Amino acid sequence: MMALDTVDVKRKVRVMMIDGGHRVRAHLNTLGIHIGDWLTVVERAPFRGPVLVEINGTRLALGRGIAAKIRVEMDGALQPLVQSQPEAETEQR
Amino acid sequence: MRFILAGQPNSGKSTIFNSIAGYRAATANFPGSSISFTFSRALILGREVEVVDLPGIYSLTSSTQDSGKAEGYLLEEPYDLIINVVDASRLGRSLELTMQLLELERPMIVALNMMDEAARGGIEVDHEELSRQIGVPVVLTVGRRGLGLKELFRRALQHAHQGEESFALTLDREVEEALEEVGAFLETTGIGNSVPRRFVAEKLLERDPHFEREIYDQHPELKKQVRGVAAVLQKAHGWSADQVISGSRHAVAHCIEEEAVTLERPQIGWREWADRVFLHPWTGGPVMVAILGLLFWVVFRVGQRLEMPLIELTDRLAAALAEKLPPETLLGTLAGGALTGIAGGVAIVLPYLLPFLIGLAILEDSGYLPRMAYILDNFMHRIGLHGKSVLPLILGYGCSVPAIMSARILPSLRDRRITAVLASFIPCSARTIVIFGLVAAYMGPWWALGIYLLNLLIVVVLGNVLARTMKGASPGLILEIPELQLPQMKTLAAKTWLTLKEFITIAWPLLVASSVVLGLLEWADAAATINAMLAPLTVVLLGLPVAVGMTLVFGILRKELTLVMLVQALGTTHLSAVMTEGQMLTFTLFVVFYVPCVATVAVMAKELGWRDTAVISAFSVLLAVVIGIAGRFGYALLS
Repeated sequence: MMALDTVDVKRKVRVMMIDGGHRVRAHLNTLGIHIGDWLTVVERAPFRGPVLVEINGTRLALGRGIAAKIRVEMDGALQPLVQSQPEAETEQR
Repeated sequence: MRFILAGQPNSGKSTIFNSIAGYRAATANFPGSSISFTFSRALILGREVEVVDLPGIYSLTSSTQDSGKAEGYLLEEPYDLIINVVDASRLGRSLELTMQLLELERPMIVALNMMDEAARGGIEVDHEELSRQIGVPVVLTVGRRGLGLKELFRRALQHAHQGEESFALTLDREVEEALEEVGAFLETTGIGNSVPRRFVAEKLLERDPHFEREIYDQHPELKKQVRGVAAVLQKAHGWSADQVISGSRHAVAHCIEEEAVTLERPQIGWREWADRVFLHPWTGGPVMVAILGLLFWVVFRVGQRLEMPLIELTDRLAAALAEKLPPETLLGTLAGGALTGIAGGVAIVLPYLLPFLIGLAILEDSGYLPRMAYILDNFMHRIGLHGKSVLPLILGYGCSVPAIMSARILPSLRDRRITAVLASFIPCSARTIVIFGLVAAYMGPWWALGIYLLNLLIVVVLGNVLARTMKGASPGLILEIPELQLPQMKTLAAKTWLTLKEFITIAWPLLVASSVVLGLLEWADAAATINAMLAPLTVVLLGLPVAVGMTLVFGILRKELTLVMLVQALGTTHLSAVMTEGQMLTFTLFVVFYVPCVATVAVMAKELGWRDTAVISAFSVLLAVVIGIAGRFGYALLS
């Protein structure tokens, strides 16, 4: 598993878990990023600028701070989703 | 009858609203550009209907203050029908809000908007199938071109008459069981007789802060019971209850999307190519600088072209008037003052204001602003903010009032406050007129550009200081980048006219009146007294002509007044004859930074409170004096 801000351009990755508080997660959910979704990294701004991702035809700019909280898996190396989920929970409540 | 337009940000609600109400709601291709509710009465098929344009909401979860307001409105206010505007090109995501709206159990219809954009993306939506899946009528529209809107409102009226309420779609079995359980608790306490019980139950399970406060304050015993149900849900899925519900909604929305949508190959058009250039790590920055530079250059050239002949004309008029009515008489003073005011508006303000407003409208409408937010995010982090603050700051170049109001799109209170303060320091179009009309016209465009860069530098330093002193960290950028659009003449014209109308109806009369008052004050020799009182500032500190004092007082009403008043106070439109270049520079710098105009102070007081507004205003005067003095001696040293 790796953080979204380290993924190379044009790579398609699957969201495995989202760190961070309820608000960030809710905001990402409503913009269409859920655990298990596939997204493509379209562009990475230089000097630790934001990451541009495409998900279901929508383009989102995510600040590096936010992108670092999104843990993803490269295509091919699929882990069963369930294993990572209790972890995602412990950080919260 | 009252209809509510509700939908996700940038789905085109305001465009649809404007098409029936005339241009009233500000639209921009930037998510969240409507920040307040707009009401309008419209005649639809001979019936008077009140239409409400709600600010865009991603979901009915009060994660930010503003969406909480829209949510409260949808739940509590009386209305006959919800028109849910859905962006067809983002159907899956939009349906999640649609599902939440269905849970409100009110009459509702769906406007499936932006069908043209969806078609470009290779998305074909079967609206009949969609309508069957969600149980409410679906009408296809293209708001920007006005297609399908007649049919939309016809169906809306018809549906509102029938009064058929929507019903919630079924989620996961476990979620439904949990909702039922919580619903039963609510029933025993009598909650949910006036509002849909299922909706409240869902909000409590999601731990929505607004609902938790409202309900647990009255019935503290419910808290334990609801949390118990949430814990069971969490145990079964391994996720917190809000994620389980949101995940389940996502799944259902996805299923509906799959049923209703056929995907084809998206067309790769100019939009895709333009974006590759605009957002590329190497070309993005330079292209942005080029675009802004072009805007600056066009405004200067067009303004200059228009200004020269107009000033000549008004000068001849003034000379003719002075012959008929000598300025020594009272009548001559009044007429001369009025003419200066009118002439100032025509010859000095409009030539620069018009191209500037059109340029800004193009930037807003095309969707370039969110791309600027993306490119500048990194830079904004240096000031302690993030990319989303770019919108209020850019709007600040138009007018400080909407700029400060638009700071509300920022999720954190800290960012909102810092951005609002910074936006008030950005030279608005009124201050731009002083910069262009005085510095650029007499000293050349490079000096004007220098003032903008100096201003930007000071804003950056100020932002840095504020970010360091105010507690809390910026949560980071999450921003949707909407598709690029070709700006449409109709929208551009309407948008420019909206701002221009404000200048003509509010600022211009003020300009004429102030001009007359200044003339009268001079006639009665009262201006000299006020000028003498201000002399320590204007003459001693800034080295300006003594007559300038009054103009600065008027400038608090509207900043462009300072320039027009200057013409009146010095008695000539050929300012270079009575002011040195150094004086023009000092004057302009002072005007750019000192107290924002009355309207800005009022809106700042509303957003930040009177105490902070007073501090900022006092600080701005101090800053203006320091920068004015620096300009005065800096110019003397350079030349």
